Amino acid sequence: MPFRASICGGLAMAVNGKEVVLKASGALAVTGSDALLVADLHFEKGSAYAMRGQLLPPYDTRETLARLEREVAACAPRLLVFLGDSFHDGAAEARLAPEDAARLAALALGRTLVWVVGNHDADGPRGLPGDVVDEMALDGLKLRHEPQPGSQPGEVAGHLHPAARIAGRGGRVRRRCFVTDGRRVVLPAFGAYAGGLNVKDPAFEPLFTTRPLAAALGADRVHPIGWKSLVND
Amino acid sequence: MLFGVVDAATLPALLPQRFADWFASRGWAARTHQLEMVAKGRDGRHALLIAPTGGGKTLAGFLPSLIELSERPPANSPRGVHTLYISPLKALAVDVERNLMAPIREMGLDIVAESRTGDTGVSRKQRQKVRPPDILLTTPEQLALLCAWEGARGLFEDLHCVILDEIHTLWPTKRGDLLALDLARLQALAPHMRRVGLSATVDDPDLIRDWMSPTARAADVDLVRGPPGPAPVVDTLISEGRVPWAGHTAEHAMAEVYDIIKRHRTTLVFVNTRFQAEFAFQELWKLNDDDLPIALHHGSLAAEQRRRVEAAMARGELKAVVCTSTLDLGIDWGDVDLVIQLAAPKGAARMVQRIGRANHRLDEPSKALFVPANRFEMLECQAAIEAIAENALDSEQPRVGALDVLAQHVMGCACSEPFDLVALYDEVRAAVPYRDLRWEDYEEVVDFVSTGGYALKTYDRFRRIVKGPDGLWRARNADTVRRHRMNVGAIVSPATLNVRIAGRGGKGGRKIGEVEEGYLEVLDPGDTFIFAGMTWKLVGVTGTDVLVSPAPNANPKMPSWGGSKFAISTFLAARVRRMMSDEARWRVLPDDVREWLEAQRDRSVIPGPDEMLLETFPHGKRFYMVVYAFDGRHAHTTLAMLLTRRLDRLGIGPLGFVCNDYALAIWALKPMDRLDLDDLFAEDMLGDDLEAWMDESFMMKRSFKACALISGLIERRMPGAEKSGRQVTFSTDLIYDVLRRHQPDHLLLKCARADAATMTIDVARVGRLLQRVKGHIRHATLERLSPFAVPMFMEIGRERAPGGAAEMMLAEAAEDLIAEAMA
Repeated sequence: MPFRASICGGLAMAVNGKEVVLKASGALAVTGSDALLVADLHFEKGSAYAMRGQLLPPYDTRETLARLEREVAACAPRLLVFLGDSFHDGAAEARLAPEDAARLAALALGRTLVWVVGNHDADGPRGLPGDVVDEMALDGLKLRHEPQPGSQPGEVAGHLHPAARIAGRGGRVRRRCFVTDGRRVVLPAFGAYAGGLNVKDPAFEPLFTTRPLAAALGADRVHPIGWKSLVND
Repeated sequence: MLFGVVDAATLPALLPQRFADWFASRGWAARTHQLEMVAKGRDGRHALLIAPTGGGKTLAGFLPSLIELSERPPANSPRGVHTLYISPLKALAVDVERNLMAPIREMGLDIVAESRTGDTGVSRKQRQKVRPPDILLTTPEQLALLCAWEGARGLFEDLHCVILDEIHTLWPTKRGDLLALDLARLQALAPHMRRVGLSATVDDPDLIRDWMSPTARAADVDLVRGPPGPAPVVDTLISEGRVPWAGHTAEHAMAEVYDIIKRHRTTLVFVNTRFQAEFAFQELWKLNDDDLPIALHHGSLAAEQRRRVEAAMARGELKAVVCTSTLDLGIDWGDVDLVIQLAAPKGAARMVQRIGRANHRLDEPSKALFVPANRFEMLECQAAIEAIAENALDSEQPRVGALDVLAQHVMGCACSEPFDLVALYDEVRAAVPYRDLRWEDYEEVVDFVSTGGYALKTYDRFRRIVKGPDGLWRARNADTVRRHRMNVGAIVSPATLNVRIAGRGGKGGRKIGEVEEGYLEVLDPGDTFIFAGMTWKLVGVTGTDVLVSPAPNANPKMPSWGGSKFAISTFLAARVRRMMSDEARWRVLPDDVREWLEAQRDRSVIPGPDEMLLETFPHGKRFYMVVYAFDGRHAHTTLAMLLTRRLDRLGIGPLGFVCNDYALAIWALKPMDRLDLDDLFAEDMLGDDLEAWMDESFMMKRSFKACALISGLIERRMPGAEKSGRQVTFSTDLIYDVLRRHQPDHLLLKCARADAATMTIDVARVGRLLQRVKGHIRHATLERLSPFAVPMFMEIGRERAPGGAAEMMLAEAAEDLIAEAMA
C-alpha cells in the first residue's frame, strides 16, 4: 500500500480509497471531510485507580487534553470524533476537575463534536456538549468503537489499544501504533494512561486476512513497520 | 573498670553451671568473645561482634538470651517475644533455628525458638501471633509485616534483645533503611531492648556501630572482636604464563580450573554475571570426562532449581558450584575448601565475603584463587590480593535513608495503630539513616502516603491515611491495610518469564526455568544462547513464556555486556592506579603483563598516581579519544555520554563510545588532539546536560518503578493486570512521563533521581572523578593506538551503539518494509 510522509510528520495513505493522515499524536485526520478522529481517551483513569487506593498522578486528563488541544489547533477540523472509551468509567465525567471540563467543552466550539460510545462509557457524556452515537458513517468510512470481525471495508475503530514491539540492535522498543491493511484501520489509544496491546496478540487476527502494517508513533513522525520486524512482548 | 572491658579471669564465672557443663560435654571451652557477649548481655549493653565465620559467632549472639530465658520464672499468661533474630536470608533463619535447637534440647531448656519466613505455613504464623515463641527468627520483610500488624505492641513489648546477623550486608541498602525504621519502632515499644549485631570482617566497625545504635552514637554500642583467624591464602592463576589481552570469560584457563576443581574436595566458582556463570558451567562440562558433580547457581534459575543445588551442597554431594552473588551469603557448608574467583574481584570487601565461604574451620586459612580474564583484570586481582593481605577493605559512606522506604514505613505504622505526627517524627529520627530528616521532608512523605502528594489537590476524598478527631493518623479502612500488607518490603525483583520448550503449534511445553525480563533483551528469535547449562534457540516470547528449542550443536551467542553488575570499587580502583604508576611493583606481575606495561610506557605514557591518562590518535578513518579514568563502568558510561554531547556541540562529530571498568573510548569524524581538555572535563558538565539526559534515560524509568513499588504508589501486582484475559501493558513509564511533565519536583521523582545518581548512573562518582582530575589530565597525542587501548578496541563492535537508539531502530525497521514489499 502506498504512503507518503505528510508535512506534519504524519503518514498519508488511503483507507478503503479515502485519503487519511495517520498522525504522530495517534489521531487520524480524514483529509477530504475536514475531520479529526481520536480513540480511547480514557479520561480520569488516574482517579479511577485513586478511588480504589492507588493514588496515581492525577494529571492524566490534562495531559491527554493538552495533546488533543495541540492536534485540534494544528488541524482546525470541522468535525471532531471521539471513537469511544473517552471516559474510563461511568462516573468519570463527574470526577473531572472543573477547569478540565471547561477545556473539554471548549473543543466543541465552532465545530461538531461527536462521542461514539464504547464499552467503558456506554452512556456517553451527561453534561458536556456534543452528539452521542453508537457509530457513524463518514464518506465511505464506518466509525465505531470496537472493530468487528471479518471483512469491514472502511471501518475506523479503536478499543484494542494496539502497540508495536520492535527488536533491533539497540534493544527493544515498544510504541503505540495504528494497524491497517489499507481497507480498515485500528487507532492507537490516545489517553495518557491507556496501556497497549501487542499487535501480535490473537485479538487482532479476526480483523485482517493479509498481514497488516503497524504504523508506530515516533517522537515527531510515524514509522511504518513491516510485520516481520514485529516481535511479541 | 572501664565500661565494656571485661577482665578475662572473671569470664568463666559468667556461665551458669548448666551451660558450663554443656560446653564441657561437647568437649568445648567457651571462647573469649562468647563470654564477652554474655557479659554485655548481663550489663545490658548493645554490642557488635565481629568474628570470622566458624568462630561460634551465632551462638555468641544467642548465649545471653538463652541464659536469661533459662533463669526466667514461669509465666501465668502468654508472653511476647523475648529475642528477635533477623537474617538477610530466609534460608539462614531456618538454618539458625535448626542449630539453636541443639543446645536448647541438650541442656533441656524450656525455650521455644521458631522461624517465621515467607515459606512458613499459615497456621504456624497464626499460632505465633497468639502464643509467640520466646525466640523468633525471621527476615527484615517479615519484621516489617509484623510491625504493620495491629497486635505489634503486644507481640513486642516484652522484647529484651534483637540480634542482627550479617549486619554488614544489610545496613547500606534500602532493606537496611526499612530495618532501621522497624528497629526504632521496636525500641519505642520495648525501650529496654538490647541490640546485638553480628558481622564478618568489616573495614570500619564504627559505621555499623553508629548505624545500629538507638541513640545514633557509636560509643553506645560496644565492640567485641573474635579471634581474627588465620589470614586467607589467595593466589592468582596464570594459565601457561599468559594473560589474554581482552575478554571477560577466562575461557583460556578453563582446563586448569577443571584440574584444580578435581584436586579439591568442594570448590565454589564465583563469577560476576549470569551469562558468565552459564558459560563457565558449560565449558567445565565440556571438559568433564570424570563426570564430576558440578552444578550451577544464579538468580535467573527457577527457585526450586536453586534450592535443589543448595540441598545437594549441604549434603556434601557436589564437587563444585558455579555461582554468582546469589551464594555470597548463605548457610555454612563445611566442605568447601577452595573459592575460585573467575574474572575480576571488583571490590575487596566482596572478595573477603566470598573467600570466607571456604573453610569454616577457625584454625585453617581459607583458600582462594583469582583467575584474571584480561590484563587490566590482572592488575585488579593483584591490587585486591595486596589489599586483602593488608586487611584494607573498601569503606562505605554513612547511609542516608531513602524516602520511598520511609513512605512504606509510615503506612505500616498507620496499619498497626494510630500515630501522632510529631511522635512518629521523633521515632523515625531515632533510626540513624533518618537522623537528619527535615520536618518538611517528613511532612512531604506523610502527605504522599495520605493523598499521593500532588500539587493538584483532587484526591482528598481518597486519602489512604486520615487524621481522626483525636488528632491521630490511621489507615483509611481495612482494604487499605490489606493492600499495604501485600506490598511490604524493600526488595524489588524484576518480573520473570518462564522458559519452556516450544511444542507444536507454538504452545509452551516443559518448563526449564525462569528468567528475569531483561535477561534475553538483546536476543532475537533464532539466536542461540545458553541457559541452565544447555544451548537453546530462542523461538519466541508469548505472554509470560519464553519458548525455546534445544540447539546442542550451535555456537551460542555471547552477549556483549559481559561486564559485571558491580563496578570496580573506588577503593580498589585507586589501588590499581597506584600500583600501575609504580614500576617497582610490576615485578610481581606475569611476564606478558609486565611487557605490556613497558610497551605502554615506551609508546605512550604510564600516568602518575594522581594523573588521568587521555590518549588521542587516528585509527582507520576515525579519530579516537581513550580516557583511562579507572572509575568503574557506570561512571564511565555517564561520563562518555556527557562528553559526546559536548564534542557534538564542538563540531567534532562523535560517532560512538565504549566503556569498561578501566577506561572509555570515544570515536569521532574529526581529530580531538587540540581540544581544551580542562574545559572539556569542567565540572559544570554535571548541569543541564545531565538533567536532560537522565530524565529520558531508561535507568531513571527503572529507578522510578522501584521507588513507586516500595513507596506504595503502585502495587506489586501491576495496575492493568485486571482480568481482561489480554496482556494490556500499562507500564509505570506512562506514569513517569505524565508526572515528570506536570510535577517535576514530586517526591518520587526526587527519590528516583537520587537512586539513579548513586547506583546506575553514578553521578556522585563522576563528580568525584572530575574533581580529582582537574589539572591532572595527562594528554598523550599518538600516531596510532597504544598498548592500553588495544583491549578497548576489542570491545568496540561488541557493544551496542548508544544515543538516540529508539528512534533509529524505528527508522531502521521501517527500511526493511521495502524489503518485505519486494519479496
